[in-house]
Amino acid sequence: MHSQNIVLDKGAGDNKFFSESKTRLPFVLLLPSLVVMFFVVGYPMLYSFVISFTNYTLVSSGGPKFVGFKNYITLFKDPVFGRALLRTVFYMLIAVNAEFILGLLIANAMSHVIRGQGILRTIIMMPMMFAPVLVGFQFKWIFNDQVGLVNNILYEIFGHPVIIPWLIKKPLGFITILIAEIWMNTPFMVIIFLAGIMAIPTEILEASDVDGATEWQKFIHITVPSLMPFIYIAMAVRSLDIAKAYDLVSIMTGGGPAHRTELIWTYVYRLAFTSQKFALGSAMSYITVLLAVLFTYYLFRQLIRVRKVRE
Amino acid sequence: MSYFKRRHLFSKIITYIVLLIFLIPVLWLIYTSMKPNIEINTRPPVWFSKNMNFDSYLALLGFPVKHEGFGFGENVPFGDYFRNSILAALGSTFFALIIGTLAAYSFSSFKFKGRNGIFLTLMLARAIPGIALSLPLLVLFTKMKIADTVPGLIIAYTAMNVPFTAWLMSGFIGEIPKELSEAAMIDGCSKWESFVKVEIPLVGPGLAASGIFAFLAAWNEFAIASVITRTTAAKTFPVGLFDFTAEFVSDWRGMCAMSVMMLIPAIIFVITVQKQLVKGLTLGAIKG
Repeated sequence: MHSQNIVLDKGAGDNKFFSESKTRLPFVLLLPSLVVMFFVVGYPMLYSFVISFTNYTLVSSGGPKFVGFKNYITLFKDPVFGRALLRTVFYMLIAVNAEFILGLLIANAMSHVIRGQGILRTIIMMPMMFAPVLVGFQFKWIFNDQVGLVNNILYEIFGHPVIIPWLIKKPLGFITILIAEIWMNTPFMVIIFLAGIMAIPTEILEASDVDGATEWQKFIHITVPSLMPFIYIAMAVRSLDIAKAYDLVSIMTGGGPAHRTELIWTYVYRLAFTSQKFALGSAMSYITVLLAVLFTYYLFRQLIRVRKVRE
Repeated sequence: MSYFKRRHLFSKIITYIVLLIFLIPVLWLIYTSMKPNIEINTRPPVWFSKNMNFDSYLALLGFPVKHEGFGFGENVPFGDYFRNSILAALGSTFFALIIGTLAAYSFSSFKFKGRNGIFLTLMLARAIPGIALSLPLLVLFTKMKIADTVPGLIIAYTAMNVPFTAWLMSGFIGEIPKELSEAAMIDGCSKWESFVKVEIPLVGPGLAASGIFAFLAAWNEFAIASVITRTTAAKTFPVGLFDFTAEFVSDWRGMCAMSVMMLIPAIIFVITVQKQLVKGLTLGAIKG
């Protein structure tokens, strides 16, 4: 009886609760998120925006003075800033593409191992559980020039002490950090691609077997195209995270020596905290955040486009 | 037939070699935590230690162990770090799941003005790293008297985890057939009641996956914690790792032991919900 009434009501136009809920409920549901995000992200960003136009330092005694665009002009004249920005872009491009290629190949190889795949997946996920700080310490020590694992292995191979200053020499420091980054994050790609490969209908692969397709042809013409949406999202997520890179580099080299491995965020830290020029650091973090936001926006637009094409 | 066998053998060999390479740093970490610091810091290297034991773990846990010369982690407040880390991670995961799921429900079940804009804003917030927020947060939290406290960390980490939770959960909620909640509403449930009674029980796997991501992110966070915590009242494991490098000689063994301890909860969590984790990642990839 009761349910029948509701059905009849529905035909007669929604009752008051429904028409109200349609306008208010979605916003009420979003309110807690927006409040906490404003408190922890919005307010600090406003604060550093205001600070970036002053001469505020961590040790200044008087109140901060308004200095206009002085900090921003200083930054644009600073060659280290430009180089750190470029280096971050390079770092991101190399790391994301290496992780993508390795991830794809490993996932493809793993997909052929049927028995014990669950265990293999657990093993490959190990690096994902490491804190970036932990990976930093771990690789800093593996590449230690005196007693690190890598130099020790070289010692055994060549029979005499090999002291390669991995973290200090010019291209080596950057490469070492990249190795740590790739070790830590390739598993993320593997896991996503593996799930994607498992979702490919087996009939397609069987049909291509009948047609006599080689392993490589199947990989290029079936596996990779079916993985496209997975590839897009995985690369987008990783790009955004690598653009934020700080922990790992900060532990391994701190951006040094002599800015050789300086990325944007280690430089922001150096300016704001180590050199205590907090206003200058704020200006720099503001420029970088703006770039990151534009980049994110672009990636999401691409994602939406890919999804629409698929549908 | 031999073609197939050969092919699979090749894949298997590649897979095992790659896995071994990925495992070396993990195994090395565990091995180092059990051999004396003297053997760690010598040349020629000692590859096979004859003096392996669990002393570094016992020292961290506060048991008396035979002293070895320098460092050994017995002065590191392991108990405090564990308490702070677990409270901050679990607390922020709890709140992020509630707040993020409410937002996800709003995104996936309603069409309203500004929906895409708010969604995009939440995602953009993820582009801002903790290091950019840390100092303003320290100023704000000091004014509110929650700097260097666990509640302060919980608030910061909740915000850090809300966007990703909302994103993942909107994928999971979107998977549920609309007919189910419509049926519940025909039976007299309000939209909210059908959410609580029909949709929430069905997104258990999604909550598990989002929960793990939130937990790991908070458990491993360093940039914010390193700025807003100062004392053992709030310092977490990632910040605490620096205790082993404070002197002129690093206590690698103690650091490795604490690292292993830090990994254990993460590994247990991930193994328990592995399937949901993978599903969560892939749903996020194609929906949401």
